[in-house]
Amino acid sequence: MTVETRQGIAGGGHFASLLLAPLRWAMNLIDRPMSFVQRRFGLGGVAATFLAPNMLVFGIFVLFPMTLNVAYSFTGGGALFLNNRVFVGTLQYETLLACRDFLDAASCREDRFWRAVGNTGFFVVVQVTALVLVSLATALVLNREMRARGFWRAVFFFPVLLSPVVVALIWKWILQRNGLLNAALLELGFEPVLWLVNRGWAMFWAIFLSIWAHLGFYTLILLAGLQAIPRDLYEAAEMDGAPRWRVLTRITLPLLWPNMVVVILLALIRAVQVFDEVFVLTGGGPGTATLFLVQYIYETGLAQQVRNLGLASAASILMAVVLIVLTLIQLLASAWRERKEQR
Amino acid sequence: MSGIATFLTRRRGGASWHFTDVLAWIWLVAGLLLMFGPVVWLGLSSFKTRAALSEFPPTLLPYETAMVHVEGFDEPLPLYRVMMEDGEERLLVQVRRIGTVAQMADPEAPEEIIRVPLAARQPVREIKLATENYSTPFKRYNFLRYFYNSVFVTVVATIITLIFNSMAAFALSKYEFKGRTAVLAIILATLMVPLSVIIIPLFSVINGLNLFNSLWGVILPTVATPTGVFLLRQYMLTIPDELLEAARMDHASEWKIYWRIVLPLAMPAVAVLAIFSVMWRWNDFLWPLIVLSDQELYTLQVGLNSFQGELNVQWHYVLAMTVVSMLPVVVIFAFLQRFITSGIASTGIK
Repeated sequence: MTVETRQGIAGGGHFASLLLAPLRWAMNLIDRPMSFVQRRFGLGGVAATFLAPNMLVFGIFVLFPMTLNVAYSFTGGGALFLNNRVFVGTLQYETLLACRDFLDAASCREDRFWRAVGNTGFFVVVQVTALVLVSLATALVLNREMRARGFWRAVFFFPVLLSPVVVALIWKWILQRNGLLNAALLELGFEPVLWLVNRGWAMFWAIFLSIWAHLGFYTLILLAGLQAIPRDLYEAAEMDGAPRWRVLTRITLPLLWPNMVVVILLALIRAVQVFDEVFVLTGGGPGTATLFLVQYIYETGLAQQVRNLGLASAASILMAVVLIVLTLIQLLASAWRERKEQR
Repeated sequence: MSGIATFLTRRRGGASWHFTDVLAWIWLVAGLLLMFGPVVWLGLSSFKTRAALSEFPPTLLPYETAMVHVEGFDEPLPLYRVMMEDGEERLLVQVRRIGTVAQMADPEAPEEIIRVPLAARQPVREIKLATENYSTPFKRYNFLRYFYNSVFVTVVATIITLIFNSMAAFALSKYEFKGRTAVLAIILATLMVPLSVIIIPLFSVINGLNLFNSLWGVILPTVATPTGVFLLRQYMLTIPDELLEAARMDHASEWKIYWRIVLPLAMPAVAVLAIFSVMWRWNDFLWPLIVLSDQELYTLQVGLNSFQGELNVQWHYVLAMTVVSMLPVVVIFAFLQRFITSGIASTGIK
């Protein structure tokens, strides 16, 4: 935390103290029971009490559902609560995986699942590649010596803070039939295109949108990595008269690589879960052209007339396996980065 | 000429231009257009009337045909600039249109009807901000309700998050107890369980607790953020234990130590978490979409989505409400950019 941020907080103190008066009163009230716990059970009891609220919420809304998910994936029927559901063994998994030809979604019993898998796979590969390259280029540009760097950084960063609904609506308005993009095409002498009705273009814009919305985040991580590279390395290279591209390929990129690994894995993890922006933009359409895994799970389990909780759970378990593998790799990579930084 | 070119391209330090400088500037300018352009376009469009929005090709600014009140007519009439046959240009109002001929009149002398071919007239356009795009959805539709729900969820969830997470972080950073590592490991492990993979069982848990279709059902599952606990714990570890020891010497209770000493000292980290929490909860979409079925309970994001999903999209309202729902985030960003960017750069959270 910088000195400025500390001062910023102290400056807002007066106003905040007025707002927080009821909170302060409540906190003083808690002192009595907490002191009792301290006398009765000692510091261990105090620690447990401090942990309790968070862990209780955590247990009910995260840990318990996690285990419940596994149980659901082995049951069938339409009942909502587990005690009314029928145990069906691995039937749901068999349904999901029943394919005559794994390369052809139409040959699968649950063809929507496989279309979602195919779309998500395609999206992940293309989006992550493009996203990482665009973020890298932006970070390299922003790392140059320039005036008003803060402004330029904000330009690329601010969409990160916008809600997925806002992002989707901004672009939906531009891409609609009478939108800005078609007006520009017409001006340049091209035919207008129905962007979100064409399967290929819908996927293109889904990828474009998610890059537009998130590139600032990854740029920031890469920029932090670039700025951590010691300046004297560059000065030494300049003394030796090394050409710029060699400085880039021999100094900048190798030293940035640990950050790149983290960025690639984070981008992978988030790309597998793509949902909000695309759902608002295309609703998964046209047809199933932009149907992704999370939307499949949401629709199968919760949004359809006849909820199929078992099938949706099985699908989400399969997705979770992929995510857990990716996250484990990411944790290893972060540990590796930290070790490298310490050296 | 070449003198001007040298003047314009002269640079600090006398360094010459390299082709990468040009590329970098192209990247920046293209980025400016591509990142800012759509948002500016949204802002401009949100002030256009429904009629102006359906124009194609669209105009940049919210123009509208000027309307004039003329004696003898109840409704205001559109004003046109007309090229008369004798080459004179006059300002006339259009009374009615029949086929390819418009019946027009001088606003000063409305009794006399002048017949003009359609091609000879151009509407007089003036900039008009359709502020009713912003006020009507609040008055006639549920948006005030959505806005209130969003504010409620954001504020309550953030306060609970800060209290619960900081208490847990305090316990995990300042006490030695059995199972501390296990608790930490569990919290870290759940960092990798995103909401999207547990929506099905979480939905049944919410139903079991009777929280379906309630704002608390939106709030509670989000408050125990592992990221928040982790962020605060890492910061609290840097607070020296001697401070706590000194307070214990003075017979301060453990709760007072947390509330009066550690929490105020951890304010920089708490502030970062508060900013992130506000943005997370304000922007949440999937979970409120699942939990809330009653229109009255929709948050702004869910309400906006259902409003834009209607068969006959009322874009003039949708655009204005999109601006409204992004305003708080833009304001936060404008004032607290440094916190946000340094928070992301140092922790990698989002």
